[in-house]
Amino acid sequence: MSIILKAENISKLYRLGSVGTGTLGDDLKRWWYNVRGKEDPFLKIGGVNDRSAKATKDYVWALRDINFEVKQGEVLGIIGKNGAGKSTLLKLLSRVTAPTTGSIKTRGRIASLLEVGTGFHGELTGRENIFMNGAVLGMTKAEIKKKLDEIIAFSGCEMYIDTPVKRYSSGMTVRLGFAVAAHLDPEVLVVDEVLAVGDAEFQKRAIGKMQDLSSGEGRTVLFVSHNMSSVNALCSRALLLSNGGIKKEGDVEKIIEVYLNENQKTKTNYSLEKFPHRQGNGEVKLGSVQISSEYPDEVPRTGRKLNFEYHLLNPKGYNTSDIQFDFRIDDNLGQRLLWFSTTLKKYEENKVLNRLTFSIDRCNLNSGIYYVTTYIRVRNEVSDWIQNAFSFEVADGFFYDNAAGVVPSQSKILTNFDIFSYD
Amino acid sequence: MTEPNDNWLYEITPKRKLIDLNFKEIWRYRDLLFLFVKRDIVTVYKQTILGPLWYFIQPLFTSVIFTLVFNNIANIPTGEVPAFLFNLTGITAWNYFSQCLTGTSSTFTANAGIFGKVYFPRAIMPLKTVISNLFKFGIQLFILIIFYCYYLFNGFELSPNSNLLLFPIYVLMMALLGLGAGMTISALTTKYRDLTVLVGFATTLLMYISAVPYPLSEVSKEVPDLVWLVKYNPLAQIIEGFRYMVLDTGTFTTAGFLYTLGVSVVMFLFGLIVFNKTEKNFIDTV
Repeated sequence: MSIILKAENISKLYRLGSVGTGTLGDDLKRWWYNVRGKEDPFLKIGGVNDRSAKATKDYVWALRDINFEVKQGEVLGIIGKNGAGKSTLLKLLSRVTAPTTGSIKTRGRIASLLEVGTGFHGELTGRENIFMNGAVLGMTKAEIKKKLDEIIAFSGCEMYIDTPVKRYSSGMTVRLGFAVAAHLDPEVLVVDEVLAVGDAEFQKRAIGKMQDLSSGEGRTVLFVSHNMSSVNALCSRALLLSNGGIKKEGDVEKIIEVYLNENQKTKTNYSLEKFPHRQGNGEVKLGSVQISSEYPDEVPRTGRKLNFEYHLLNPKGYNTSDIQFDFRIDDNLGQRLLWFSTTLKKYEENKVLNRLTFSIDRCNLNSGIYYVTTYIRVRNEVSDWIQNAFSFEVADGFFYDNAAGVVPSQSKILTNFDIFSYD
Repeated sequence: MTEPNDNWLYEITPKRKLIDLNFKEIWRYRDLLFLFVKRDIVTVYKQTILGPLWYFIQPLFTSVIFTLVFNNIANIPTGEVPAFLFNLTGITAWNYFSQCLTGTSSTFTANAGIFGKVYFPRAIMPLKTVISNLFKFGIQLFILIIFYCYYLFNGFELSPNSNLLLFPIYVLMMALLGLGAGMTISALTTKYRDLTVLVGFATTLLMYISAVPYPLSEVSKEVPDLVWLVKYNPLAQIIEGFRYMVLDTGTFTTAGFLYTLGVSVVMFLFGLIVFNKTEKNFIDTV
């Protein structure tokens, strides 16, 4: 297959601080160097794009020396953490801004979908906005006219099509915008995380449409998303960006694996001995907790094993039968999701309890960060109660064997089920 | 990867030629241009009671006030032409220029949202401003014609002269000047916002040195020391020339006409260069 798009050594320099790429003084200096035929003095001093590091320089390379090629008909996923340079790369590809160095060559028209409904005007009706938006995205009037019925049908807003868009619900606006975008006819389509909008039904339709575009019509698509299940479903190959450079590129599943493991920097081991805010008489206290998955280095993931290993401080040597150990899992918004209650009476009676491992066979928490509140009772009295004692992150994974992943915004908790009957 | 490198459709690079107005591309986006023009015209007066009547009201009221202040109070003579018509003619022409200027001068800042999300030839935006203002200009011209006829029927000796053939060129010059100045300002405002403040009152001030409420001859008579300020102002030349061809009043010199044409073209090219230099990266600074 022929190469349709080629990026050579592209870099992008941004200035840190208040102004975009320079002050009047820097401009004059740059101009003066330029007049004398010298190289831009600020190109040398860019720092590495690492969001969390302390800024030591005034300029930063949002992207540095990016090289890649895209073949005709390929769906390339671009993934990476926030601030890795994904959006900058998309901006360069869609010609919103120019690279500082390097070049991008293309054999086809590139249409970019960094936002749905670009150019929508509230006062215009849905129909007028279809034309407006289509034209902004590079379609001609004749092309739009030909597809108008299809677009309206896809959006599902037929009833409101002659109503001004300002009367639309936000969801309807998005649907209309995506409907236009889905009927674009460019050789290369660049898509940012626009699929993360609309209701579940519409998201599914959008993904389906994207799949049709690439498989059926041989369209080349560059797709940026944080949603690994849609990247996995759509793309054949992926680029992993990290700190403004390409960290790895290759087969989509491998790249996702690398990304998910890299992404996992949250702690898996907490020492709670000195945790300040706790209630209870302190007869038995929680000393530390170790979070793990199937294998020791593996991070928790949806659909895989999830273990909590609690180490207790039990100086007085209480037995298992004396202790009741409960804990609660909240999501990052503080929504209480699950309560686990254990009375350990049925276990060996006369054993001093020091360690306790709690395990879920197939983690039914969707990807996200979760907070755990622990609660220990000794002989029916509160011994150690810690609100939000520790947190853990669950990585994106597959819970249902034969279905696409569920978006965390749709559901935090997943559960097993059987299809009772079908005809 | 042994693809020949010469058959790329286009290349995205940091450097750009001085003037790189890709007419083919603009032509391909002509539907967008048309839709933007339509959007401008249709949406401006939505949810207003008077709607497009506002197009009439603004020049009429300005002319009434001008006549009151400059002709009735300050006694500036307008020759045989009724003062109101004299002012209306000047204001109609001036409005087109000033609207082109103010409209295009906010191109980058006003459209940062859309420019930041999608690519289309940036020149579409100033172009659509000039074209949609042409529509407003047409409406205002229509009022001018109505009053022209009114005065004609009331026995005033009015007749346009053969210079009327230059009408399209005058409109073009106004558009080029407005575009040139507007594009320059819009490019500079992406970094230095001071100019947005300036544009508002500068256009008003500019009007007073552009021979809008008085004939050029008055300046040379009353303040000969400052006549250069008006005489070498291409806008004054345009206004004066516009009145000359419509009302057959004032002066017209071929030299002045060519000078104005030259300045307009230079201004336009200058604006285009600055605009081109800015459009590639402005989204980083705006």
